[in-house]
Amino acid sequence: MSIIELRNIRKSFGAVEVIHDVSFAVEKGEVVCIIGPSGSGKSTLLRCINGLETYQGGEIAVHGERVSTGSSSIRQVRTRVAMVFQRFNLFPHRTALENVAEGPIFVKKEPREEVLARSRDLLTRVGLGAKIDAYPAQLSGGQQQRVAIARALGMKPDAILFDEPTSALDPELVGEVLAVMRSLADEGMTMVVVTHEMGFAREVADRVLFLDGGILVEQGPPGELLSRPKNPRTQDFLRRILPS
Amino acid sequence: MAHFLSQVPTFLPILMQGVYLTVLVTLGAFVLATALGLVWAFMRVSGIAPLAWTARTIIVIVRGIPGIVTLFYIYFVLPDLGLSLSAVQAAIIGLGIAYSPYMAEVFRAGIEAIDRGQTEAALSIGMGWGLLMRRVILPQAIRVALPPYGSTMVMLLKDSSLASTITVAELSLQGKLLASSTFENTTIFTLVALLYLAMSLPLTAFNSWLERRMRQAR
Repeated sequence: MSIIELRNIRKSFGAVEVIHDVSFAVEKGEVVCIIGPSGSGKSTLLRCINGLETYQGGEIAVHGERVSTGSSSIRQVRTRVAMVFQRFNLFPHRTALENVAEGPIFVKKEPREEVLARSRDLLTRVGLGAKIDAYPAQLSGGQQQRVAIARALGMKPDAILFDEPTSALDPELVGEVLAVMRSLADEGMTMVVVTHEMGFAREVADRVLFLDGGILVEQGPPGELLSRPKNPRTQDFLRRILPS
Repeated sequence: MAHFLSQVPTFLPILMQGVYLTVLVTLGAFVLATALGLVWAFMRVSGIAPLAWTARTIIVIVRGIPGIVTLFYIYFVLPDLGLSLSAVQAAIIGLGIAYSPYMAEVFRAGIEAIDRGQTEAALSIGMGWGLLMRRVILPQAIRVALPPYGSTMVMLLKDSSLASTITVAELSLQGKLLASSTFENTTIFTLVALLYLAMSLPLTAFNSWLERRMRQAR
């Protein structure tokens, strides 16, 4: 069974439909990258998966459980599908360690000592073992995003959604975040990544989805979609962003 | 000056009775205004339309009526409806209600100043509304709300003199009574002013201390 399944999703802001009949599924251990021009609905689609946005038509299911912002089950879904944001969204009044431990301790009610030990390990794993007591304001953007990834991992999720995780970073900090994401992919984490990093998509993704104007135009393995796109819109987009 | 100082021992003990009532009314009204203000603010940011609308209406109505009229209403009108309160009770409740809209707006501004991404991050780790408020929004909102909260506190201290209009012999009324029976206007009203100042300065100092502490904790 797919971990995440979207069937005929439609989403409107007021009278304007921004996502038109999009369907796809994500299997366990799969890394799916979603690419496309700004305003194509990539982030909106991603945010529908964990209920940060509502959708008007179709159905999203996580482990077979319907994602619906109105129902109480949405909180269950969110503990299983973690999210990493473009602007990190760390809690500024808590240290790196507290940011990671917050969800497991207060939402999942796991034993405090156990969570703190695990959170330290996670921060070490993203290369921030020396920064566990730092506040977000004392960290660089790349470090903050790595704490955010550790925070997502702290929830022991079945999948992680990444919403343009490197777009707010200075160019020299992008690499350290991508390296952490790459290692997660290597360990078999299920990931859906909205990104403009074509190099990452090419090397790490199992499948790439091209979204344009709210329509899923084309999807396929990165080698095919990025090198030999079939659809003219995909060809046009890639021509504009890839150095020839 | 010598005249003033020589009279202080005579008048101070009588004025201190007024200080006691001023402190009592201020603290009581302050606690009530804070509690009500939190309730209105939570209703407004709850995202539930009828609650938000009700709170907004209450705020507009209460803020549009002078505090003194609210006090008259509670002290003179409620007995007609079968609810008699002592003057001090009426003063605390009336000022508490009259100040609750200002508190509500202070809290709401604090809550709404917090970046939307904070809410999204909290929701994305499975938090519900209660945890979101308690663990994420309020600890940050307090920092934003503290300076205006402090000024509101000082305003309330001074406006506790409104209680004199419903016979509470707090500091200003006590001073006025004393002055009209002794004609020592200069001495007495200078003392009254100094006593108000002596109460508001520690409030201000306490508030700046809190603000400093909050900044350090960041």
